[in-house]
Amino acid sequence: MSGLGPKRLGKELTKIQNSLPPGITLVSADNLEEWFLDIQVLDQNPLYAGQTYRLKFKFSKSYPIEPPEVTFTKTDNRPIPMHPHIYSNGIICLDLLGSQGWSPVQNVESVCMSIQSMLTGNTKDERPPGDEEFVRGNRLRPRDIDFYYHDNTV
Amino acid sequence: MDSDEDLASTLGSEEEFLQDESDDAEDFDAFDEDPDDEPDLGSQKEPKKRVAYDVSYKVHTPNDIMTQQHDMMDEVNMILEMQQEDAAILLRYFRWNKERLMEDYMDRPTKVLEDAGLSNNSAVRPKLEVVPGFMCDICCDDDDGLQTFAMKCGHRFCVDCYRQYLTQKIREEGEAARIQCPSDGCSRIIDARSLDLLVTAELSGRYRELLNRTYVEDKDILKWCPAPDCENAVECAVKRKDLDKVVPTVACACGYRFCFGCILSDHQPAPCELVKQWLKKCADDSETANWISANTKECPKCGSTIEKNGGCNHMTCRKCKHEFCWMCMGLWSEHGTAWYNCSRFDEKSGTDARDAQAQSRKSLERYLHYYNRYANHEQSARLDKDIYIKTEKKMVQLQTASGMSWIEVQYLNSASQALQTCRQTLKWTYAFAFYLARNNLTEIFEDNQKDLEFAVENLSEMFEKPVADLADPKLKVEIMDKTAYCNKRRLILLQDTAENLADGRWTFNVDLKSGGRK
Repeated sequence: MSGLGPKRLGKELTKIQNSLPPGITLVSADNLEEWFLDIQVLDQNPLYAGQTYRLKFKFSKSYPIEPPEVTFTKTDNRPIPMHPHIYSNGIICLDLLGSQGWSPVQNVESVCMSIQSMLTGNTKDERPPGDEEFVRGNRLRPRDIDFYYHDNTV
Repeated sequence: MDSDEDLASTLGSEEEFLQDESDDAEDFDAFDEDPDDEPDLGSQKEPKKRVAYDVSYKVHTPNDIMTQQHDMMDEVNMILEMQQEDAAILLRYFRWNKERLMEDYMDRPTKVLEDAGLSNNSAVRPKLEVVPGFMCDICCDDDDGLQTFAMKCGHRFCVDCYRQYLTQKIREEGEAARIQCPSDGCSRIIDARSLDLLVTAELSGRYRELLNRTYVEDKDILKWCPAPDCENAVECAVKRKDLDKVVPTVACACGYRFCFGCILSDHQPAPCELVKQWLKKCADDSETANWISANTKECPKCGSTIEKNGGCNHMTCRKCKHEFCWMCMGLWSEHGTAWYNCSRFDEKSGTDARDAQAQSRKSLERYLHYYNRYANHEQSARLDKDIYIKTEKKMVQLQTASGMSWIEVQYLNSASQALQTCRQTLKWTYAFAFYLARNNLTEIFEDNQKDLEFAVENLSEMFEKPVADLADPKLKVEIMDKTAYCNKRRLILLQDTAENLADGRWTFNVDLKSGGRK
């Protein structure tokens, strides 16, 4: 793949360094392969109030034709949010991040906003079914996993 | 031997026979017209209307498949007056069901176009354009003079991004028929003409290959020939629900014979469901478990598995040193003075245990009986390639040794082919027999099986003779006769099994409908 990614990522970076929607902050973007952003849920959802979560974006050479790999990362004060579509190892089951649901016009900012609203709308304090087993056994990259997007209520 | 030769000569050369089965299967009469007054062929009492083991089918080359699609597109074009690339998308959306397409389209044209990914259908064909002040939403490029493209949905991107997007979809994801516009949430489907404007000829070739593939996969009456490197597809009208009545073997133009029902290699006379269960049974280690239960017992104290391979009934467990009687599984010390002879032999519990074991052993023996014969023929079939190579070598040797011409040694090739085909059939008769419940027809089947097996072994023996012997014209005639006879026996067996299958006269000890079919 030619240099599609760098130019686009450069533009994206310039844009999000200037302004980001409320609740989303850029933590680091030292290169064009891996970025970290923090997100917060702004309303009073008791599941997430007062918490900050860290998202890791990994870009392949084919970005934005291919979706980025987006996961939650755990640090001392950044837990993995409770959500029926978020595994305890930080892997997110979201159709937008699979090749079927991804569109190249999506970007880092729009992905953050989608994940933010995915948390905002959630009321269930639970992990996906089979979380423990999946976290123990999974060796695949997130995009190679065949998630079933069967539950669109959360 | 007399009757064999008789048969062979009435039936003419083996070539006729080979053609008989590999020719276009609509040629039903070839078999019936054979003057067949052989009195001892029990299975042929009444005259047949058709050859029961054959189904009609047609082989299509990649070109045929392309032409078929174009013909249908043209037809839809003519009636609905739309562009050919749009007709293609509509047809694919309706899985090439032209009638349903027409009906639905006449009822609700806008809805149908929208669902198929063809909304905003204007007559203006999209082209590459330079739009002043344009910035591509994918790469953020805004250089002047940037070539851009948009389908009829109007979502415009630079040509580079569009091309990379399509490359990704086609190359990496193997997608073709349902590639949507890159814009988020737009369900407009990319059409062949737009694609050609954007990508290299090589990728466009791959795209068409994938489209061809979906065409065959979308149609129930078409299946790809599973032979490696074969690009043909076979058309056959046999439906899934009829697979308990017929074994639809087809022969591709490449020579590969396979079952249209399950795409496995030819498995006549066994129906698909039996084949599936048989293969599962052979692959399972459920039979290992069966063996264990038939041949071993567990120590009553520590539960270790013990195989008794001879000796007396006084068992001492190697592991826990527990002493017990193999017969009644009771404590050995309770056997009193009747050393080495279980006096409690006739107790009820002992009888039950023995019955269960005998039952299990019997079922295992039955399975192994059929499996060994099946595996034997399969083994021979695996050597197919070797046999063929050996045959070719022999034919060349024979030509030099005896001065025979190439055409004069072809009988060895025919013999080799007959051996392979007959062994394939024989192999499956054993799986068939394993599931067959006894009735008044099974004896005929077993006779047919026995005759074919005997003939094949005979031919095989002759075939293996050294080149020096093969040069003998008498042996040549014998081989030719035996080849014809083997083929004949095979067809008789297939005819009998297929007829009775079609008429539902076989009883199997498994359900042929149980394959989870809809």
